[in-house]
Amino acid sequence: MSRTAIFSRVRPSRVIASVVALLIAAIWVFPVYWMLSSSLLPNVVLTSTRPRFVPWGGSWDNYLSVLSGGSFLRALAISLQVTLIAVAVSLIFAFLAALAISRFKFRGRKSFVLAVLFIQMLPAEGLFIAQYKMMSTAGLLNTVIAVSVLYIAAVVPFTIWMLRGFVAGIPAELEESAKVDGCSSVSAFFRITFPLLAPGLVASGVYAFLQGWNEFTIALVILPRQDMRTLPLWLRSFIQASQARETDWGQVMAASTLVALPVIIFFLIVQGRLTSGLVAGAVKG
Amino acid sequence: MRTHHDAATLSAVRPAVKRRTRFAPYALILPAVVVLIVAMGYPLAWQIWASMMKFGLAQQFGQPPQFVGLENYISMFTTATTWGVVARSLTFCLVNAVLTMAIGIGLALLMNAVGKAVRLVLQICLLLAWAMPVVAVVTVWIWLFDWRRGVVNSVLTELGLHFTNHNWLGSALGLYFVATVIVVWMSVPFVAFAVYAGLTQVSEEVMEAASLDGASALRRFTSIIVPMVRPVLMIVGLLQIIWDLRVFTQIRMLQDAQTPLDSDLLGTYIYRLGVGSSDFSMASALSVFVLVITILFSIAYVLSLVKEDS
Repeated sequence: MSRTAIFSRVRPSRVIASVVALLIAAIWVFPVYWMLSSSLLPNVVLTSTRPRFVPWGGSWDNYLSVLSGGSFLRALAISLQVTLIAVAVSLIFAFLAALAISRFKFRGRKSFVLAVLFIQMLPAEGLFIAQYKMMSTAGLLNTVIAVSVLYIAAVVPFTIWMLRGFVAGIPAELEESAKVDGCSSVSAFFRITFPLLAPGLVASGVYAFLQGWNEFTIALVILPRQDMRTLPLWLRSFIQASQARETDWGQVMAASTLVALPVIIFFLIVQGRLTSGLVAGAVKG
Repeated sequence: MRTHHDAATLSAVRPAVKRRTRFAPYALILPAVVVLIVAMGYPLAWQIWASMMKFGLAQQFGQPPQFVGLENYISMFTTATTWGVVARSLTFCLVNAVLTMAIGIGLALLMNAVGKAVRLVLQICLLLAWAMPVVAVVTVWIWLFDWRRGVVNSVLTELGLHFTNHNWLGSALGLYFVATVIVVWMSVPFVAFAVYAGLTQVSEEVMEAASLDGASALRRFTSIIVPMVRPVLMIVGLLQIIWDLRVFTQIRMLQDAQTPLDSDLLGTYIYRLGVGSSDFSMASALSVFVLVITILFSIAYVLSLVKEDS
């Protein structure tokens, strides 16, 4: 059998597949590229009849004018408050619950796990009117605390589920033997269990961060006031305004990039765990 | 005698420890349970109650709502407007889920068929699309489909088609088309990665043995690959249906960009009823409908996760 025979059998289909794959890759990444490219171009170029596919002569002007507007920093502050509260509180609550279901056998454990998994599936779109009504009755519309509480409840179930795997992976005997060697329970926990748990806490924390940072529906109903907008609501206001007047797409794309950039970076960190967490049982088989 | 003695000392020591460990797990889950009851349990209960009440003009002036039983649910399926929204939502959901699955599976097979370098390029591009926050995604696509300066119109015109100044968001159907492009674009990466992970579990030896035995590529696909990745396909498909039923942000923002009449799907319609016109009874009935469908589709998914737990 000569080399050419093997080549002629294998190569053509593989070459076609590679070309198709690269073409699809280009199509898929194009919107992201277009966002970055447009964000660097002045409006004069963007409104010319022929699109400019490479941002020659680009500048950071759009970013500067978005940042100097003031409304961005306001929305950034609100988003950070809401997200950081949600991350911190949901991590603590979820960690405690994960400890309970992976270290203890207790009556109601199975029902609790089932309830958590079902609650995790409930869409915000099926509850937000009731949540809106509740918060408006309580006089908590347009408050950071109202959105934070709703976000905590939204991410706590999946966070419990994710952390459970990590806690279960650390043998309780490790802690026991540290205690035998003279550690107190608390110091055994902080010296042995906590460091081993760190990757799990980071992954869950980033997950909670992404959920809070990107969330749109709940923020839309709970934070209707302009000066309480989170970043997604702030970005949306550009689109709303586009009906009334000519849109400066360069600025809008710069704004999108500012919202998207931290998310893309964090997302790339946790992506692997997220996929395997979502389809757990199925992939491992 | 000895055993008796041991048992006696043990039972004297145990209770304190036992009581502590008996209550410990409940104390540990308490904070999570409380926040879930406050933020989800209470609204859920209120919603079920409200879906069987009538909120009208009188209630806006302080009258207590009136109990009407299942009347809201009946009118949900008999009023033309509401029924239209339900039907459109289900159609949109199925079309999007099927398209996403088909393209996602295709890309997973493609990843499997190409060399390492090409696969990496494809994976990075898909990851970037997946990582984008949904609000940024919709914003970029609105710019791409912009009727005057959008790239889509300009490229289609360049190809000799009549798309100069075509207003994609000017009709409900056009809006759904753009929404479908957006949803599929952002959902395909997850499907592709999950199915590809499943495909890598299919052993090379089995595939080789099959091809030596003379099984065609199609036969190998239907008789080996599909059965082996079926669990992944099931789970991913279910998640797509659940996620596409609740589509809200995309539709809402496309409506912001240009408001055609009658383009509401369940999420945006519930929003309009509840926040816009304070019709809490119908908004609640529709929400309960969304939740029930979600739970029904979630059962298989949740059970597969629980299997993992035990």
